[in-house]
Amino acid sequence: MLRLLWLIPAVPFASFIVLALVGPRISRKFAAFIGVASIAVSTVISILITWSFLVSTPQGGSYTQLLWTWIDVAGFRPQIAFYLDALSLIMTLVVTFVSFLIHLYSAESMIESEGYSRFFAYMNLFVASMVTLLLADNLLLLYLGWEGVGLCSYLLIGFWYTDPVNGLAARKAFIVTRVGDTAMIIGLFLLFQHLGTLHIQELMRRAAEQWSVGSALPTVAAALLLGGAVGKSAQLPLQTWLPDAMAGPTPTSALIHAATMVTAGVYLIARTHVLFSLAPSVQFAVAVIGAATLVLGGFSALTQWDIKRVLAYSTISQIGYMFLAMGVGAWSAGIFHFMTHAFFKSLLFLAAGVVIQATHEEHSIFKMGGLRKELPLAFGAFLIAGCSLAGLPLITAGFYSKGLIVWQTWASPQGSTVLWFAGVFGVLLTSLYIFRVIFLVFFGEAKASVTKRPGYKIQIPLIVLTVLSVVGGFVNLPPKLGNVPLFTRLLDTALPPVEQSHFGPLTEMRSEGFLALAFLIGLGLSYLLYLRNRQWSNALIRTHVGKALHEFWFADWGFDWCYDKLFVQPILWFARIDKGDVVDAFYSGIADLSELLYRGLSLTENGRVRWYAAGIAGGTVAFVAIALFL
Amino acid sequence: MSIEVMLNAAGLAFVVAGSRWAQPDGQVMFIFILATAAAEVSVGLALLLQLHHQYKSLDADAASVMRG
Amino acid sequence: MDATFYVAAVVAVLATVMVITRLNAVHALLYLIVSLLSVAVVFYTLGAPFIAALEVIIYAGAIMVLFVFVVMMLNLGPQATGTERIWLKPGMWIGPCILSAILVAEVVYLLVQAGTVHPGAASVGPKEVGMALFGPYMIGVELASMLMLGALVGAYHLARKRERMETRDVIDCDATRTAAGGNLIRPGTGRPSSAA
Repeated sequence: MLRLLWLIPAVPFASFIVLALVGPRISRKFAAFIGVASIAVSTVISILITWSFLVSTPQGGSYTQLLWTWIDVAGFRPQIAFYLDALSLIMTLVVTFVSFLIHLYSAESMIESEGYSRFFAYMNLFVASMVTLLLADNLLLLYLGWEGVGLCSYLLIGFWYTDPVNGLAARKAFIVTRVGDTAMIIGLFLLFQHLGTLHIQELMRRAAEQWSVGSALPTVAAALLLGGAVGKSAQLPLQTWLPDAMAGPTPTSALIHAATMVTAGVYLIARTHVLFSLAPSVQFAVAVIGAATLVLGGFSALTQWDIKRVLAYSTISQIGYMFLAMGVGAWSAGIFHFMTHAFFKSLLFLAAGVVIQATHEEHSIFKMGGLRKELPLAFGAFLIAGCSLAGLPLITAGFYSKGLIVWQTWASPQGSTVLWFAGVFGVLLTSLYIFRVIFLVFFGEAKASVTKRPGYKIQIPLIVLTVLSVVGGFVNLPPKLGNVPLFTRLLDTALPPVEQSHFGPLTEMRSEGFLALAFLIGLGLSYLLYLRNRQWSNALIRTHVGKALHEFWFADWGFDWCYDKLFVQPILWFARIDKGDVVDAFYSGIADLSELLYRGLSLTENGRVRWYAAGIAGGTVAFVAIALFL
Repeated sequence: MSIEVMLNAAGLAFVVAGSRWAQPDGQVMFIFILATAAAEVSVGLALLLQLHHQYKSLDADAASVMRG
Repeated sequence: MDATFYVAAVVAVLATVMVITRLNAVHALLYLIVSLLSVAVVFYTLGAPFIAALEVIIYAGAIMVLFVFVVMMLNLGPQATGTERIWLKPGMWIGPCILSAILVAEVVYLLVQAGTVHPGAASVGPKEVGMALFGPYMIGVELASMLMLGALVGAYHLARKRERMETRDVIDCDATRTAAGGNLIRPGTGRPSSAA
């Protein structure tokens, strides 16, 4: 059964090829069928493989399937091989399953857009690249998948390419992630140069043997890999691309920019965790980046009026939680949160997509209202997903995953109170902004009319994801609340577990209690400001401080402005100066010289006999002189 | 006219050379040069007449239609 | 004999200088005839009496007469002298003087190198020349006769009266090309402006 592993990326890739070649010529229904069916096949296979893996775990906790040797040059032998252990198993399962649901959703939601088959081709290529990334057994193959998902992200953000705004957003995404990718490839070079291999397990082994904790080499390598992860996962300081990436279709935002691609950075850190353990300063940097990002994202989400941008900042913030987990060494907690986040974030996006399409492409939450009666399914889905996101105690998946992370930030050896507090504060912000959206969109008086109701292809994914957002967390319950450590137990075969090392006034239950408190405070504030009396929130914004803060947080804490001044303007200035292309002047100079000579010489051809005679005479004299004197 | 001078000068050089070694070859060359000069003069003067007829002047620069 | 040679040589050089500096064409021709006659004297002093005779008869007698006939036929008149005066300015002499100076320098150099040689007093008469002509140089004779034939036909054909060509019909290629602005390097409308 495990031998079917290679089909998981291969089937979507094959369907990409088919759709790319014959897509425009087949009917939309057929194209959608191919697109969705290929992911369905992948999902089924990954479910079977998960079942097989859990029932009879292979030896050493991992299974490698070698397809062929990719390059064989001077001792550098990366292979096309897939490595299956608990980590990649979980992530592949989640990715394929959520992708399947989103593909099903988009079969209906994208039906009116042009380029239908192109959409499915890109989405399938994306899934193939993502799974390759997850299953890669060496860093080069991982980088291939990494670049593949980056490419698909670019293609899908700028899917409606006729509008230049989308193209700009796609380019921005690509360029910003490229910065991270460059750091990552330099990190790969460094790792290969010093350790001689890019095979991940081998690499980890050699690094642990040869490098001591805290020395320069693992610090640099880990920092470079962190650069790549930060770019792809839209963390500080490379988070500016994700809000603009919302220009793409909603299923794309749901799949790529919520559930899967942006978690590739988290996966990278988890995979190379040995390297990060060898570089404690970098690991601490991961935690700090995570904490800072989650707070920053929370504040920015509070001010947005575009519903998708709120969710984009929310994603930035939640991945900050995952980074925070990675930074304090709570690897399995981070992956747990990835799983629950995939469920509720994609559900949020899909429900938002239903709302947007129902109100005629209206994105502003201030122009929507009272939609809970018109779109009950979307309301229910959004509400439950929002509660899961904020961490409604005890009955939502998000509560358990976030609770685990926040607890670990205090308990783990690398944890600290400051980080714990950041996590709790983040919960308050999260519940504040998500309930703001819920109240503004679904409660209050109706401002937008509803024209489109979702069909069954949209309803099924929404329902499934809603259920998962509730029960998804039950695979790992804290000791006092049911003691189900299934998930962490599974991941402990692949990732090191966390030992509690801080003992103090805070216990796990008290931490969870704080989280519940934060959730309720956020909910209450949001209710007061946005449901009870809208005037209060308006008044808050109109104060000087409120206005300044509002603008600052709305503009993503000034990062866009900063990058514009630092990088974009100088490059544009230089491009403007070099418009005629200084180097080209050399080549056109040659041409100009030839033309000058031509004009000069053509003067001698003037049809006058005297000139010709003089030329002959002069030439003769010259020849005689040369013959005599040289 | 200048061409005649030049041909004459060349012929002189040949004759002198022939006389140096008391060979008739120099004189033979001069006879050939003479024949050439005669031929060239007749054709050249014919062209000159034609030029004068076309352009009504003897300005050599006037006949520069083949320029460029 | 030497004195005759030197006198005749000086006369020849002076006469040639006069040829190229005269404004009136007929004057120049007459001076040319003088030059040719003095060269004939030089030939005689060098021991080539046959050639001296030929020089006088053919060169000065036939070719120069042809020249004089054509110049008279052209009937140039005083305005030709005027234009010649305008054209033949001192400044015009610079180029030819430079080239000639180089050549004179070369000749002097060669002469100095070769050393002085007295010409043999033996004179080569017509008999030797004739035997050389009809012996080894037979081909030259035949070619010369063919050349004469060609010159005859050519001169006859070229000197016939024809209608005047209208020079204005000829297309001014140069003007049209530069007006359109296109050429080998930059086709069309000049340097393509960089696309904003």
